[in-house]
Amino acid sequence: MNEASDTPISIEALRRGDRQEFARLVDHFSPLIYRLALKMLGNEQDAEDVLQNTFLQVFRHMKEFEARSSLSTWLYRIAANEALMLLRRRRPETALTDNLPDEEPLEEPAQFIDWCCLPEEELLSAEGRARLDEAIRLLPETLRVVFLLRDIEGLSIQETSQALGLSETAVKTRLLRARLRLREMLSTYYTERLNAGSTAHD
Amino acid sequence: MTEHEHAKCRELLGFLSDYVDGTLGEQLCQEIERHMRECQNCRVVVDTLRKTISLYHETAGPADLPNGVRQRLYRTLNLDEFLR
Repeated sequence: MNEASDTPISIEALRRGDRQEFARLVDHFSPLIYRLALKMLGNEQDAEDVLQNTFLQVFRHMKEFEARSSLSTWLYRIAANEALMLLRRRRPETALTDNLPDEEPLEEPAQFIDWCCLPEEELLSAEGRARLDEAIRLLPETLRVVFLLRDIEGLSIQETSQALGLSETAVKTRLLRARLRLREMLSTYYTERLNAGSTAHD
Repeated sequence: MTEHEHAKCRELLGFLSDYVDGTLGEQLCQEIERHMRECQNCRVVVDTLRKTISLYHETAGPADLPNGVRQRLYRTLNLDEFLR
């Protein structure tokens, strides 16, 4: 990283319409926004559309940014909205039924095999990685976006709540639901791998 | 598993995210740990939940933007002159 990229991005310069500063902003955040969009939508073309629309929105609305949240949280907020809107346009019929209200009781765990002892090369094989990605795609979108912001992009609970316009309690509930569902899905797969391994050794 | 133990598992389930993130109060942590000493199923749930999260952290890696996507983005934003 060179000296210029270490300097914090100047909100003042962005508000003045400084194009070089805007290019620095794009340079810094575009890989993060693209990753979020790709994991949210599971499709490269859709992810690219969300990426472009996000920065077009940022460009248009920069003067309205009030710094109540950080710049990165604001960017994630725009990107998450763009991704959710695209999903809802594509699948309006599933958008609501797919998503559980936060008040519903938590789904109880059903898988109780401990697969943590599997070797790393088995856990993170090409097939294992594909299953990790697939499990994210199988989450309802309202849980998926919370999980991605918190556990993949590394936002705090507070930042995630600001980015999604949700209460911190709602973020925590959705995060727990997402993690528990992923655990169930991964447990199904890795238990199969455990059984395959023990059969191979018999 | 007895009825009582099962109710305890349910009661503690809602705190597991905070527990694995290390943001749960000490008293509840102790309660979860006391329960886990007696409940094999909850031990497995906590261990595999931790492992699930850590696998996602490990595989997230540095974010990467394909060059073609980057070029088209800069063009859309009229920022071609800053493409390096």
